[in-house]
Amino acid sequence: MNNVASIKDRVYLFLAEIGELAAFAGRFFREVARPPYEFRELLRQCYQVGNRSLTLVLVTGFIIGLVLTLQSRPTLIEFGAVSWMPNMVGISIVREIGPVITALICAGRIASGMGAELGSMRVTEQIDAMEVSGTNPFKYLVATRILATTLMLPLLVVFGDLIALFGSALVENLKGAVSFRLYFNTVFEALSYGDLIPATVKSFFFGFVIGLVGTYKGYYCKKGTAGVGKAANTAVVIASLLLFFVDFVAVFVSDIFYDL
Amino acid sequence: MTSEPMTQPETYPKTDETRKGKEAVIRIRDLYKSFGPVQVLRGFNLTLYERENLVVMGKSGSGKSVMIKCLVGLMDPDSGYVEVLGQEISGLGRQQLDQLRSDIGFLFQGSALYDSMTVRENLEFPLRRHREKLGNPKDTLPLVEEALENVGLAHAIDMMPAELSGGMKRRIALARTLILKPRVILYDEPTSGLDPITAKEIIGLMRRIQQKYGTASLIITHDVDCARVVSERILLLVDGVNYAEGSYAELAGNADPKVEAFFKK
Repeated sequence: MNNVASIKDRVYLFLAEIGELAAFAGRFFREVARPPYEFRELLRQCYQVGNRSLTLVLVTGFIIGLVLTLQSRPTLIEFGAVSWMPNMVGISIVREIGPVITALICAGRIASGMGAELGSMRVTEQIDAMEVSGTNPFKYLVATRILATTLMLPLLVVFGDLIALFGSALVENLKGAVSFRLYFNTVFEALSYGDLIPATVKSFFFGFVIGLVGTYKGYYCKKGTAGVGKAANTAVVIASLLLFFVDFVAVFVSDIFYDL
Repeated sequence: MTSEPMTQPETYPKTDETRKGKEAVIRIRDLYKSFGPVQVLRGFNLTLYERENLVVMGKSGSGKSVMIKCLVGLMDPDSGYVEVLGQEISGLGRQQLDQLRSDIGFLFQGSALYDSMTVRENLEFPLRRHREKLGNPKDTLPLVEEALENVGLAHAIDMMPAELSGGMKRRIALARTLILKPRVILYDEPTSGLDPITAKEIIGLMRRIQQKYGTASLIITHDVDCARVVSERILLLVDGVNYAEGSYAELAGNADPKVEAFFKK
């Protein structure tokens, strides 16, 4: 009986959390549309999210391009299909691997950072101090961060994709004597709008989810410094899970429009 | 004024609107606030007059901080009437409330300085929305410098909060509170977490500021020394209701066990 009650409680808490997150998202759309606009803080957050995540995204993207090509090469050679390497790597990186890996890296770095930063501001009453000084903390702290991640993630994905393709081209150049020009020509010939548009659109949603979950967990942080750690941790877990869910929906919807 | 225990909120005598010719700047009537099953405030009443220093004392969890947060709209009471500078808080929209807040200074218990900003940026932050109150100055540096000189920390203007000691943080927070020249200052445990010498410095600073700017101050504290030095009137909050009220001398001489517990050394 206790187990049943515990499961019921957990389901209730889960549903309540989903409801609160949806309400938080609704508040974001209301606040972001109304003046005054916090442009300076938005630019500062774009810099924080974009520039400071770029190195990590580039390094990871480069390694993924290298590894994917190295691992796929023997199999493609076995089937006599090594000339399909640029097409295969290009499509898989642009459609799926690039956006998802970049988003997961950003969920780890950005969502946890936002959860910890806002959580710490909440428990030390900095958010209350902001409210009392006449600045809307939701608009200043939350709306700018969500907007910054939504705008910056697609850019990071573009950089991540390009460097991953460069890594792949490097392996092909060293192992298969394929020129960089030929490699990139083949990749771009293989790609269509059906690959690029859904990937770009879902990157915006990924950015929105990362910003939303990170700020939500931090903004409503409770229970002192232990709560700050928990906010950072759960922000990463929930953002990562939601990213896969959004990815599933995005692939499903793209399949309808582009007949993948 | 009385120093007798007052356990029935409904029989609590409503304070006159003026006292010795001073207008009331804060009026709280029958304030109730609960969190789930826990009733924190149970019909609390308070009146603060202009240029007055009123200290509210009570045990931890007696509802002091909740009451002060209801005053600036950081929390909504379950019921009751809260009026600050002639305006009822519950009836104000966001813009009106922000406007009113420019006349209320709030010193937070932990100072609440913005970690990611320098001292100068911390002090300039309240000016973002209330610059017109000070005549739209193009250069805010003189205002920042004046506020810092008031607390004796002009040299700390470019420092980060992490580089400051606890006492310096509290003084910078006080400077941030002063920059908008508020008419009322709310102090939430202004000396908590400070060593006795620094606490004395903060108490002295509070008195000087009150004398210089003629502000009304509502001070929440456990610190009997702080209450003795700064208070003109002390209100004792027990279990969410007014329990006793009077000057320091009146309450310190009160034989009621609950009152005595606060003042016994």
